Amino acid sequence: MGLLSDPNRRRALTNLLTRLNTPICVLCYLAGVAWFMGLAFEPFTLRTYMSENAMGSTMVEERFPAGERALVTAREFGAHKRKSGAMPVDWLVKTMQSRGLEVYTQSFSRRLPFPDENKERYMVRGTNVYGILRAPRAPRTEALVLSAPCSPDNSNNQAVGLLLGLAQYFRSQIYWAKDIIFLVNEHDLIGMQAWLEAYHHTNITGMDWAPLHGRGGSIQAALSLELSSDVVTSLDLVLEGLNGQLPNLDLANLFYTFCQKQDILCTIQEKLQRSDWDSVSGYSQAVQTMALMVLKQASGRPWGDHGLFLRYHIESATIRGINSFRQYKTDTTTVGRLLEGMFRKLNNLLERLHQSYFFYLLPSLSRFVSIGYYMPAFGFLAVILLLRALDLWVQLGALPSVTEDGVGSRALPLQSSSPSLVSILTPVVISHLTGAALYTLPVLSQELAVQHFPVSETEAVVLTAIAIYTAGLALPHNTHRYSSIAKQGWRVLKLVAVLYLAVLLSCTALINFSLGFILALTLVPVAAFVTPHVPKVLSAVVMVLLAPGCTLLYCVFAFQELQEAPVSLIDGWMLFLSVISQGMLDHALYGSLVYPLLALFIYPCWLILWNILFWK
Amino acid sequence: MPTLTLASARSPFRDEFAEELAIRPLHSGDIHASFQFRTVWGVDLLQATDPRFLRYAILPREIVCTENLTPWKKLLPCGSKAGLAVLLKSEKLFHSSYFSQAVHIRPVCQGMHCTVPSWEMRQTLNVVFDLYTSGQGKREWSMFKIKIYVDVTDSPQGELFELSPPTPLLSQAVVLGDRRTYSVYDLTDPGTFGKVRSLNLLVRWKADNGDMLRPLLHGERYVAGFGLQTGEIHTLIYNNHPYRAFPVLLLETVPWYLRLYIHTLTVTSKNRENKPSYIHYQPSKDRLRPHLLEMLVQLPPNSVTEVTVQFERALLKWTEYPPDPNHGFYVGSSVLSALVPSLVAMDTNITQEHPLFSSFFLCKEESSYFMRVYTEPLLVNLPTPDFSMPYNVICLTCTVVAVGYGSFYNLLTRTFQVEEPSQSLAKRLANVIRRWRGVPQL
Repeated sequence: MGLLSDPNRRRALTNLLTRLNTPICVLCYLAGVAWFMGLAFEPFTLRTYMSENAMGSTMVEERFPAGERALVTAREFGAHKRKSGAMPVDWLVKTMQSRGLEVYTQSFSRRLPFPDENKERYMVRGTNVYGILRAPRAPRTEALVLSAPCSPDNSNNQAVGLLLGLAQYFRSQIYWAKDIIFLVNEHDLIGMQAWLEAYHHTNITGMDWAPLHGRGGSIQAALSLELSSDVVTSLDLVLEGLNGQLPNLDLANLFYTFCQKQDILCTIQEKLQRSDWDSVSGYSQAVQTMALMVLKQASGRPWGDHGLFLRYHIESATIRGINSFRQYKTDTTTVGRLLEGMFRKLNNLLERLHQSYFFYLLPSLSRFVSIGYYMPAFGFLAVILLLRALDLWVQLGALPSVTEDGVGSRALPLQSSSPSLVSILTPVVISHLTGAALYTLPVLSQELAVQHFPVSETEAVVLTAIAIYTAGLALPHNTHRYSSIAKQGWRVLKLVAVLYLAVLLSCTALINFSLGFILALTLVPVAAFVTPHVPKVLSAVVMVLLAPGCTLLYCVFAFQELQEAPVSLIDGWMLFLSVISQGMLDHALYGSLVYPLLALFIYPCWLILWNILFWK
Repeated sequence: MPTLTLASARSPFRDEFAEELAIRPLHSGDIHASFQFRTVWGVDLLQATDPRFLRYAILPREIVCTENLTPWKKLLPCGSKAGLAVLLKSEKLFHSSYFSQAVHIRPVCQGMHCTVPSWEMRQTLNVVFDLYTSGQGKREWSMFKIKIYVDVTDSPQGELFELSPPTPLLSQAVVLGDRRTYSVYDLTDPGTFGKVRSLNLLVRWKADNGDMLRPLLHGERYVAGFGLQTGEIHTLIYNNHPYRAFPVLLLETVPWYLRLYIHTLTVTSKNRENKPSYIHYQPSKDRLRPHLLEMLVQLPPNSVTEVTVQFERALLKWTEYPPDPNHGFYVGSSVLSALVPSLVAMDTNITQEHPLFSSFFLCKEESSYFMRVYTEPLLVNLPTPDFSMPYNVICLTCTVVAVGYGSFYNLLTRTFQVEEPSQSLAKRLANVIRRWRGVPQL
């Protein structure tokens, strides 16, 4: 490490880095994107394998016989649901009791910050019903959960029917070592949130729930079931949870193993795996699957009822029955056997699932990309920011004094830039205040907006957010007079902004790689090229196109395209508006962090860069 | 070991043995069987109990199983060769939904003046046979060749269920403050068997599933909160008595690796603070002794009392983790001890069956009874390192130390000096000569 302590060699190195800065940055960006695309290429990925010993070698035999009876129960449940117009709580309690479970109910209520137009709800009141199958002779220390949401429309009856059928079958078995909780939750995620908060006696989101009277100890794993038809063609595994959290990979492996064993067609992201990885279409299928996972994970919302368990360190996944036009059919008995097998293996667990990966991407169910493989893709993008920061630092140091011999000039750049350090405070503070306004005002000012404009509450919230977002672009003109003190002040500001962005994105990528990577894809080029000396109009257009808001819009279109449900521009725009409102609701209801991250940190950071563009 | 004799050949005030089986059909359709064995021997083992030698210990992780049953059976005078113990077949007992076995040893008095010191050993075994797993969902059951008390309190006239063959022998006893009626089938009486020399006892249910009866006092416990830093232990104590309040002694032992914050201890019942009349707290010492918390709490009638205390999870040394650290760490059950008001005293219908005066002279034993309830143990996850990581960590740390710290240290401690241009050979020679001569150098 004489390299850094020797002034000559250090100068040579910095010269090299500053001279070749732009080409290196471009190379890094391309390498990052190429690396990411390469992740889906099958020879580069690893085959999934079961790491947990307790689940790997043990043999279980599935004998669940009562698929037809479960469907009868499902129809009965549907009839009772239609008759009462809501969840038939009394019927469920009675049915569960007759199956020998210990049954409890829990009521909850929640007022949404603004009406949810997608699901048409504002004041939510509901009841969760759950029955506990006590493991014989065991202390109530561990539990597994099987849940099925009870939706207001006619779907998902089969899931409740199968849940009750499995409860009856499980009750007469003697091998259970963990309590099994069968939960039917009303109002999907809101009910699940109420139940989980009551189970762990926490209140994170300000919901009103009644305390639970029966518990089963610490929950080890949970499965959520969604079935809407009597026969399914395939089962889809949903893993993405709140804030991009994923369950342990062993849970996915377990599902895949039993699908193989029961000969059930299984998918992830509703995409079938293809065997021809070396063909273009096979590769593109893998890329699409992985891209869908990245987009879903980046959204930070729970994509199934399982998503809320992950906060409590409970490994969980949603199994969704798909009934498409394929020829291949699977009946309910087989699905029941799959669940029986999974529960028996989970019952064998001695420890929580922890052996396998928690951070991964899945290009298909049988292949995975671990954190060690995908992080370099982000690293290549992040290193651009550091290179630009180094370049700026060298420029700042070189400007005031030409003589530089290691020690003497250290104090000089700081001295000369100290006035500009104060001057850059103003844009930084103003940007963050705009961010804070974007975070707080839309929900607070909805009543005011509804009074003055002919819009609904939800539209008012979304449009206020967009208005504040756009108004933020006008800010640089207001801060001109402060910045006139130092000609080179923008360099200091940009140095701060670039380092700030690097820290933000790295932290985000550590928690939620997908979100960090998507943001880095658009924000890093902006941060790298912007200076006050580039052509104003063209750069302004490019910057707006690469802003966080537009990134969200592209993601909406890309998501629809990947799901093979492309939308027109108008529909896409409407979808974009609803995604914004959903993001805010997710934050208020479940504590998703994407909206505050974007509003309070990423957007202000982008505004600082925007400020640099209009620096005088 | 003194000689033991069977109950049939008992000698008064000397060694004796008695056994009985009480069966109670539960409302849910399950069957509760309680085996009681009592061995008394007249020997002076120990005169007094010194409280300093009292110890309390729990193994929350252990589950009772066959290996506990075998030595337990060997404590019986005839092992499992004779008497009721013949019935204790482990493959049947462990196909039940509840199983508990206990050994109590205490000094007892025999005779009025306690002249004969003797010791009593009671062995109890309680099993609840599950309706669903053992009876295939059928609620009827029958039994063959044993001596039994069948609890018929809930169905004195056979409304709920019917016993066959009927027995004229009825016995009343106050069990846990509840007056219960038993049909007795005494196997020592040949009349019980009738002509066929065998007894096939059968219970036939008439009514449907009844409601579950909740005991007067019961407790439950859970860990609240999420994450691996802090948490909260909630203990719920239920008093289901409609109008009597009674005190309960709560004893909690919590391992030292959960650091209790005693200042956060709250006791609430009916949404109001319930100040315990007595608190004894012995703080833990790391790796030496657990927290001991003892409280006397008054339970208001028909209420739930919630005791909460927050804790922080300690980080153990890496050798202190068990082989399965991700399973979690057990916290032993807390013990609720109380004198519970009797149900007999609670019965308002008492005037109908009994003479009026009997309610004026309630005998003391019936007005309350002692009860000890154990809550469920807890399973708490502690922050656990990834044990496959040490190798990676060692590699990483070494690299970081070697590369990062080394060069940084080098940079910090290096003194920069202005280096003099190298001297010519003639000058150096001259200096050598000058040093030798002792004059200042050039």
